[in-house]
Amino acid sequence: MAEYEMVIGLEVHLQLKTQTKLFCGCPAAFGGEPNSHTCPVCLGLPGVLPVFNEQVFEWGMRVALAFNCEIAPRMKFDRKQYFYPDLPKGYQISQFDQPLAQKGYLDIVDAKGNPKRIRIHRMHIEEDAGKLMHDNHATSSLVDLNRAGVPLIEMVSEADMRDAHEAYQYLTGLKSAIQYLDVSTCNMEEGSLRCDTNVSIRPVGQEAFGNKVEIKNLNSFRSVKLALEYERQRQIGMADQGIRIPQETRLWDEKKQVTESMRSKEEASDYRYFPEPDLVPFTVDAAVVESVRKNLPELPAQKAERFQKEYELSAYDADVLTQQKNIAEFFEQAIAAYAKPKPIANWLMGDVSAYLNAQGLTIESVNFKPEWLGQLVELIDKGTISGKIAKDVLNKMLEQGQSPAKIVEQEGLQQIGDADSLAAVAAEVIEAHPKVVDEFRAGKESSLMFLVGQGMRKTKGRANPKQLTDALKQKLG
Amino acid sequence: MFLDKTIHQLVEDYSKNPSATQDMLKELLERVGDLNSKLNVYLDFGETNESFVRNQVESLQKSKPSGRLWGVPIAIKDNLCIQGQETACASHILSGFVSPYDATVISKLKAEGAVLIPRVNMDEFAFGSSTENSAFGRTCNPWNLSHVPGGSSGGSAAAVAADLAAASLGSDTGGSIRQPASFCGVVGLKPTYGRVSRYGLVAFASSLDQIGPLTKDVKDAALLLSIIAGEDPKDSTSAPMDVPDYLAALHGDVKGLKVGIPEEYFGEGTDPDVRKAMDKAIDVCTQLGMQCAKVKMPHTPYAVATYYVVATAEASSNLARYDGVKYGTRVQEQGSSLIDMYLASRTQGFGKETQRRVVLGTYVLSQGYYDDYYLKGQKVRTLIRQDFEKAFESFDVLLAPTSPTAAFAEGERSQDPLQMYLSDICTISANLAGVPAISLPCGLTEKGLPIGMQFFAPAFCEDRLFKAAHAYEQATEWHTLKPAFKE
Repeated sequence: MAEYEMVIGLEVHLQLKTQTKLFCGCPAAFGGEPNSHTCPVCLGLPGVLPVFNEQVFEWGMRVALAFNCEIAPRMKFDRKQYFYPDLPKGYQISQFDQPLAQKGYLDIVDAKGNPKRIRIHRMHIEEDAGKLMHDNHATSSLVDLNRAGVPLIEMVSEADMRDAHEAYQYLTGLKSAIQYLDVSTCNMEEGSLRCDTNVSIRPVGQEAFGNKVEIKNLNSFRSVKLALEYERQRQIGMADQGIRIPQETRLWDEKKQVTESMRSKEEASDYRYFPEPDLVPFTVDAAVVESVRKNLPELPAQKAERFQKEYELSAYDADVLTQQKNIAEFFEQAIAAYAKPKPIANWLMGDVSAYLNAQGLTIESVNFKPEWLGQLVELIDKGTISGKIAKDVLNKMLEQGQSPAKIVEQEGLQQIGDADSLAAVAAEVIEAHPKVVDEFRAGKESSLMFLVGQGMRKTKGRANPKQLTDALKQKLG
Repeated sequence: MFLDKTIHQLVEDYSKNPSATQDMLKELLERVGDLNSKLNVYLDFGETNESFVRNQVESLQKSKPSGRLWGVPIAIKDNLCIQGQETACASHILSGFVSPYDATVISKLKAEGAVLIPRVNMDEFAFGSSTENSAFGRTCNPWNLSHVPGGSSGGSAAAVAADLAAASLGSDTGGSIRQPASFCGVVGLKPTYGRVSRYGLVAFASSLDQIGPLTKDVKDAALLLSIIAGEDPKDSTSAPMDVPDYLAALHGDVKGLKVGIPEEYFGEGTDPDVRKAMDKAIDVCTQLGMQCAKVKMPHTPYAVATYYVVATAEASSNLARYDGVKYGTRVQEQGSSLIDMYLASRTQGFGKETQRRVVLGTYVLSQGYYDDYYLKGQKVRTLIRQDFEKAFESFDVLLAPTSPTAAFAEGERSQDPLQMYLSDICTISANLAGVPAISLPCGLTEKGLPIGMQFFAPAFCEDRLFKAAHAYEQATEWHTLKPAFKE
């Protein structure tokens, strides 16, 4: 049987979190009572006209430039026409033949750990449609137009991805950079980031594409991955049996974990695009593009590279730390308090992340100051607490919102390191375990470990183990 | 009598006697009572609309006269949105739609103290040249009731001619203000595209539509344009340009004004009476010191075809929102599907001509036809615009008949759409080129029907139109003639 590879392209719709909608002054925010974020313009009443929200242009350029796209020299809108009750005008104002930007890319790491460039075909601006609610009534559906007219950037990748891993990497990379740009909430549950997948299979080595299947209703990156893996099995299964794979749109069923046929592409509609006559095209000023480019923040890939160089972190550590902007910023603030990047990175990626994940919290939602993490590592380095105690201190810091010094003081967790105190501990242990002492004196080296253990237990782990060992040796001398 | 007066005369009367607005109201309601059943100018003029008009007059009485249109009754075409009033474009599909907002031009009229009279009859969605396409019956021409008033702003022209209002606002997409103005013997102005905000004008063809005044004389047209013109943040296609004092332009010197006479506007179908009237008008202009000479506008023969591609394409899109979902007519049988509801609502809600244009527009935008029709149409449009640019290199204004014929009889062309479309042959090019034009009366046919002529000027040079038209008007008496209401 032939060996197959998948060919995957992704269409991402990104809602921008502008104050107002794309063509009117209504709030663009998610939620609200149905139809409360509406006005004559976004309701598509007779006689209204759209007015372009310039903020969308600037933010759109930010997104496009962050992915290395070329910005179009001229901005022009088109009408995409179809009938559906969530589309109040009977057309969507979008961009057809002159999109905002083209020819970008995003670099990812493939399943084998090698870098791979995923090309971005185009990005364009368009307005969102409303929502239909089918559940409330048996015989009718309701229309909520709060979402109608919310600005969207549609990003279309080239069909450059070859497996579910690459699609997942592309999406996380996309989301990560967009969050750095601070232009979208990127919340898949609320629909501010939506993803449609185009997938086909072909025998390895074949140039021509197979029949394309579009998968919709993907509500998380995880479901993208699962749906693609399912679709790989399904399509290869069909191909192996010699069944032609039809070009169609399929829906991912999250409960059943399968894709199901929705409609065949044969019924595809003609959108009758034509230039939107209510909006005046304008020339894009190259100086404006440059100024947007200059003001882009440091993006995850650049930050990761800098972290490797500046803080001597591994590529893996740098990637993990920079995936979320707030984590990267937290890290840099922590090392500003105490300049030990590697142990701070380990704590952040290890115990701190574990705690946050377990509790379902984020770094902003807990009262945990970056300098505290620096201070914690400093306390370990100075010998004030042991690494083991530090784990408890950290958990208490996260739970109580206190600095490590405060926790250590409150709980009396300082390491016991002074010679007199340790000598006293050693004496007590020796007195309590005469038999073991005898064994040690008779040459059983491992008995010493037992005595150290007893000393640690007595001090609830606070004794400096090395110094305690020395004190015991001295007494047993 | 009040309603036979121009805006200027009326405003002067009121300045002497502010309470005369009450008398005007009485006269208006009487005249509507007498004439509306004959003419069908105002749709649905029942208690609701009567009290809307009455309330406006009464609230004017509570304050001192202020504003340039204080107490002036202005008839509003049924495609301009007035807050709280039904706006239905003379179509069943919008029946019951009450606008929650004012069109920008309506806000401007209100701010000047005008008394608005709503729902002036028109061709459905402004699709037509005779007002026979109204879903609520045709409007009759006040000069001869068996004749059409022109269209699509036929109701507006008839309202002004029959003294059922001092003036009216209409819309002009391919001649819809000028052609009815010429058929009814009044003045009609289509401003430069972008001169007047389209916000609140129910769209027909977005790149061609302009709102403009229909008035009893040129001076009133200049006044109304001064009031309704200007940039509007709600309309991106409105021009960011200052509005000049158009009234000041009226008295400019016309000596030496270069007037081009485009030969193509005097083609085969031109009525001999119209030809004669135009010859006389050119003589008058010459006597006034204007320098008239022939000019070629070679792409004029393509204007009608180009227009019916571009305008129907945009119309098919603009009318997509009337789908039975949100407002207006919904036709739905128990258990029928969404697509059934769409089809039934649009089939029963739209009239025949509307359906014809939606289908035509849908066709020219379809995959595989776009390049041959819509794109080609836009290219020809550029050529037509260049004809004007070239002509204006040598001439200050152009002069031509507004229509090849005077008003035609009811039913004469309604069975033959092509014949009807040719009614707009003289007016369409101005819309395609975006330039302003004014139509004014210049004679009567042997049968006693008005003939109109129009001046064209370069974009945003309405002042030139007013200057030339006013000079001609002052030298003639056509604008003072009143209709005979011949049955």
